[in-house]
Amino acid sequence: MPANRFNNFTNYGIGIGLRVPHYQHILSRKPTVDWFEIISENFMVEAGRPLQVLDQILEQYRVVQHGVAMYLGSTDGLNREHLKKLKRLVKRTNTPWLSDHLCWGSVDGRYTHDLLPLPYTFAAAAHVAQRIREVRDYLEVPLLVENVSSYAEFHASEMSEWEFLSEVVEKADAGILLDVNNIYVSSQNHHFNPYDYLDNIPHHRVGQIHIAGHSKFEKYILDTHDHPVLDPVWKMYAHATRLTGTTATLLEWDDRIPSFDEVHREALKAGKFCKGLAGGTPAEGGQAALKDAALSLP
Amino acid sequence: MKSKSNGVKKLRAIQRQFAAGITRPLTASNHMQPKWVDGTSTRKAVASFIKPNDRLSSFDRLEIYNKQYWFRLIDCLYEDFPGLRTVVGEKRFYDLAIAYLTKYPSNTYSLRDLGNRLEKFLVREPKWMKPHPKLAHDLVRLEWAHVVAFDGDALPPLDVDSLLGQGDPAKLRLGFQPYITFLACDYPVDNFIISVRRREEPQGEASNAVAERVPRKKQKKLKLPKPEKIYLAVHRSENSVWYKRLEHEAYLVCTGLQKGLPLQKACERALRLRKADPNFGATLQQWFTQWASFGWFCAA
Repeated sequence: MPANRFNNFTNYGIGIGLRVPHYQHILSRKPTVDWFEIISENFMVEAGRPLQVLDQILEQYRVVQHGVAMYLGSTDGLNREHLKKLKRLVKRTNTPWLSDHLCWGSVDGRYTHDLLPLPYTFAAAAHVAQRIREVRDYLEVPLLVENVSSYAEFHASEMSEWEFLSEVVEKADAGILLDVNNIYVSSQNHHFNPYDYLDNIPHHRVGQIHIAGHSKFEKYILDTHDHPVLDPVWKMYAHATRLTGTTATLLEWDDRIPSFDEVHREALKAGKFCKGLAGGTPAEGGQAALKDAALSLP
Repeated sequence: MKSKSNGVKKLRAIQRQFAAGITRPLTASNHMQPKWVDGTSTRKAVASFIKPNDRLSSFDRLEIYNKQYWFRLIDCLYEDFPGLRTVVGEKRFYDLAIAYLTKYPSNTYSLRDLGNRLEKFLVREPKWMKPHPKLAHDLVRLEWAHVVAFDGDALPPLDVDSLLGQGDPAKLRLGFQPYITFLACDYPVDNFIISVRRREEPQGEASNAVAERVPRKKQKKLKLPKPEKIYLAVHRSENSVWYKRLEHEAYLVCTGLQKGLPLQKACERALRLRKADPNFGATLQQWFTQWASFGWFCAA
């Protein structure tokens, strides 16, 4: 959705992730960018250069926070220190919404620093939804939940991933950060149709979209964020935007990072798929438009 | 209510199994260990909670996460401790990183803190610092101090006028900014670490997935420093980290104050070494003026 309560009724365009190798370019040349996404944890520090850079960026640009360590699916208690620092950062950035992943990453106070998959059970969905509500109430800002890429599935699962995502966000009344690349990666690793995923989530809850590149290995695909976006992901993105309407979109490029201009150019390709979707009303019969969009791939 | 709590218990049990599998060190050939934590078959243990698919067994699928865990965390230590790595060598550093993380798994959400107990670990297991234990020990302390100085907390600084107006030096206590670390070193590690960092290639941001470590380009071996007693303040000025050399007496004053000694007592520690110096009072005043100008002092 272009503007909804999950992205705080904003209508952001195409953004890119704020990354260290680009700091100098951005601060000195001040390129035109719709918005930057920051990794919250990189700026949840007490002082020093990270916050100095952030403040300079905030003077010029709109910033949205994206977290990697809230671990909404963990069974440990919520980390109050983490939340306190996160809230302080929310006040600093004035982020209209923030996001984190539908995953877990710590147990018994030990942190893996990874975005680990959950078993898709009703109990897990209820547990995560409860935590999302608690976090959102504390932070007082809309919270989007992002689907992760995964390499393992559990015997304990009782539903598909998209059913699980839907169950969680409906129960928590939360929004979705739809990572199209993650869906593609997981669909290849777990043999499902990624379009079934896109078609069967609550589209009105999508507040932001992620696109990224991945790496193919012999027997699986790894979500590496070190390549341009690949064609199948662009096709899915086109389909997703037909379903959700033009939505704030962010290109993730986190490793082997090329020049700022190259990353920005790659991100702006997303604009080709959003033309003609002014107003962002979900389209009926999106498949035809999808084919057109796919043919016009850069 | 009961079924909800049972559901969370089951979820927790799965998470514990998963974490137990992925945090176990890899084999020498970078594979998941064939034996599970209880000595039984890993294949059997993993198959009980993870599904296979047509290309990968349950074991293979968990192994992806097992590798990711170690590559990511070791990469982080590689970047935070390049000096220690240079001195002990790549292979020993890799092994010590695994031993360290096995003994002290990460206990915070931030990778910034991953090395927060590395010095403690090395002091307890000095074999990892061979063949240059004193140099390695100096470096691990300096490199952790660098992390703290980079983004550690800063409190409102006290200026010279405030310092002078604080009253009786026999009772006056001064605090130092939380981001400052004072170090007494047996080697000139400040110059050494600057040379090491200059040689390091910039690394990309950590992403969710990490590839197997690619060996760095073969570089000419850096000459190790010769022993020389130095005293350092690792601090931050205008958001850059600095290593400031201190005279021994200045170090004694600073560490005395940091330990909570009143101003007079802290200065007396230095005075013992400078009894014959008639200008020591003026030197002390210069030091305090400079330290205050750096913003080092805050309320105790």
